[in-house]
Amino acid sequence: MASLAPAGVVDLLTRTRGKERLHWTDWLAYAYLLLGVVLMFGPVVWVVLSSFKSEAQLMEFPPTALPYAQVTVEVPGHPEPLPLFRVRLPDGSIRELAQIRRVGIQAQMVDPADPGVVIRVNVADREPVRALSLATENYTLLFERFDFLRYLWNSVFITVVATAIMLLVNSMAAFALAKYDFRGRDLVFVLTIATLLIPPTVVLVPVFLVVSQLGLLNTPWGVIWPGAATPTGVFLLRQYMLTIPDELIDAARMDNASEWKIYWRIVLPLAAPALAVLAIFAVMWRWNDFLLPLIVLSQSEQFTLQLALNSFKGEMHTQWGNLLAMTVLTLLPITLVFGFLQRYITTGIATTGIK
Amino acid sequence: MATLELDRVVKRYGTVEVIHGVDLVVPSGAFCVFVGPSGCGKSTLLRMIAGLEAITDGEIRIDGVRVNEVPAARRGLAMVFQSYALYPHMTVRQNLAFGLENLKTPKDEIARRVAEAARMLRIEELLDRRPKALSGGQRQRVAIGRAVVREPKIFLFDEPLSNLDAELRVQMRIELQALHERLGNTMIYVTHDQVEAMTMADLIVVLSKGRIEQAGPPLELYHRPANLFVAGFLGSPKMNFLPVRAAEGGVRLASGDLLPIADAALGAGELTLGVRPEHLFLAADGSATLAGRVRLVEHLGAESYLHVETAAGPLTVRTAGAARAGSGEPVRLRIPPEACHLFGPDGRTLRAAPGVSL
Repeated sequence: MASLAPAGVVDLLTRTRGKERLHWTDWLAYAYLLLGVVLMFGPVVWVVLSSFKSEAQLMEFPPTALPYAQVTVEVPGHPEPLPLFRVRLPDGSIRELAQIRRVGIQAQMVDPADPGVVIRVNVADREPVRALSLATENYTLLFERFDFLRYLWNSVFITVVATAIMLLVNSMAAFALAKYDFRGRDLVFVLTIATLLIPPTVVLVPVFLVVSQLGLLNTPWGVIWPGAATPTGVFLLRQYMLTIPDELIDAARMDNASEWKIYWRIVLPLAAPALAVLAIFAVMWRWNDFLLPLIVLSQSEQFTLQLALNSFKGEMHTQWGNLLAMTVLTLLPITLVFGFLQRYITTGIATTGIK
Repeated sequence: MATLELDRVVKRYGTVEVIHGVDLVVPSGAFCVFVGPSGCGKSTLLRMIAGLEAITDGEIRIDGVRVNEVPAARRGLAMVFQSYALYPHMTVRQNLAFGLENLKTPKDEIARRVAEAARMLRIEELLDRRPKALSGGQRQRVAIGRAVVREPKIFLFDEPLSNLDAELRVQMRIELQALHERLGNTMIYVTHDQVEAMTMADLIVVLSKGRIEQAGPPLELYHRPANLFVAGFLGSPKMNFLPVRAAEGGVRLASGDLLPIADAALGAGELTLGVRPEHLFLAADGSATLAGRVRLVEHLGAESYLHVETAAGPLTVRTAGAARAGSGEPVRLRIPPEACHLFGPDGRTLRAAPGVSL
């Protein structure tokens, strides 16, 4: 699949089967694609929009798509800004009044232009005046009251270091399995693949015990080391390295290269497309990893973003506004990584056959 | 410059023996060609010399020093691979320099040798390109260049021309010979193409099924083949073989005609008569040995090949210029007894054609 230039994207998106009028298959295709966009992209848009809603508006039913907030006005004589309502008066006229307080079904209201006169209104006769407003405090609070940057750093550190270690370990194993002929090689390979059959949750407790015995609890290394070698990564890289011709390695041997140098100077550069694919997956796995950090990291200063997100969810009360805001921030880096490297993902999947 | 000696070299994969005790001496400065049909073990033998395959038994010596245990890189050899094996992620310059860098050669020395090799092989303007941007012939030159910069004792070539088209192959053949003359190194060249072997070699080694059938200068092998296999393998078109029976005063063909080959050593029984297409003649009635009918004529311009069906068996006849006989015509052939080889039932040569001078 060739990479698409911007002009190519437009061309691709507006491509039709019918030459002048739209063929019926065009309608069908575009309807299907639109459904896909809504299904895939809808929830993300919903989260982003909701992250700008105030706590009260998040609880509202029926929900609105865009974040609205009630308009408030400063009225002389009242320390707090008062909420503004549109009120139908008994004479049939409609005025915008600020509410001082509400008693039962009666609301005491005042005209901001004439703050001296209190008007009593039935609550059924008024409705709030609302305007588009972004509840940015959802975001600012993360930086003010929560140590968002620390969680971000923890997540970035674990993701970057774990990915680097994983690429190194997996590519070395893959090189040996792909290019060396030793007794028991196939057995080792089969065993490696067989570990794919074991669900990670089953080994969670043993992993915890090992991490605990090594004294790695509450350190980032307790999350990094258990994920350093993955059968998927070894398999993916090995399959790719099989396509590197043996003659190249023989040539390097004739060229006096040590085995390490062959790995570092010949095999790794040539396996770059597969490494890129694995790197993308590794970043996504590590970034979104929840279960292992949850059991290994119990002190809040070691939390990753995913754990911090979880801590917003209390037993009694969940701060949805902050939770949603943080979800959006957590999505951003992975979206950027995916955006820049997606070309490698498509080619990588096409060449290695792994999803 | 180095002498290469193989002493009863054996290669086994598990229990399967693929090289059965090969003895060979390649003198210093020789251009030696291993030739044989595919699967004969010639590439395996080359890789064993290179150090890329372990030697099961026997000994390989370079300049009299046993190298069985010496790793490939330290044997002082350079190899050109069939697929060229250029590092695709490096430029031509980096490809040439890689081996020298690994040997910790000083930078200016590397630059000097790379420049010299590039000039010699006319790849100077390609030095900053990647292998992907080169044509087949250019890649071939770079691969040879990578061997040349190492200044090895012995060059090894593993079917280096088999990926080139026919025209380029002829050209590269001449360039390789020129290279050998200029450098004077010992070269070992593997091919399945007997034309390459005949044209380039000082010393041809014909291999079959993991054994050396015969080794020697090209014309000696051509005119004095040691056995049926070598006789049939070298030469194009192939030598004609006819089943014959020793008789009073010569050998009798299957057609009943008697060929006066007077040689007491022939003994009796079933023999094979071999005669090259260029030694057969269309003849007038008086001197002809046997009669046949032309089945097919191949015109090559300067010469023609007639495929003739006779009672003694099918024969190929080479004639200069355009053939005088057309397809389907009856012809009479003369088999000159002095150009005939005779092979025993075991395939060994009983009598090499005495009338042909080397």
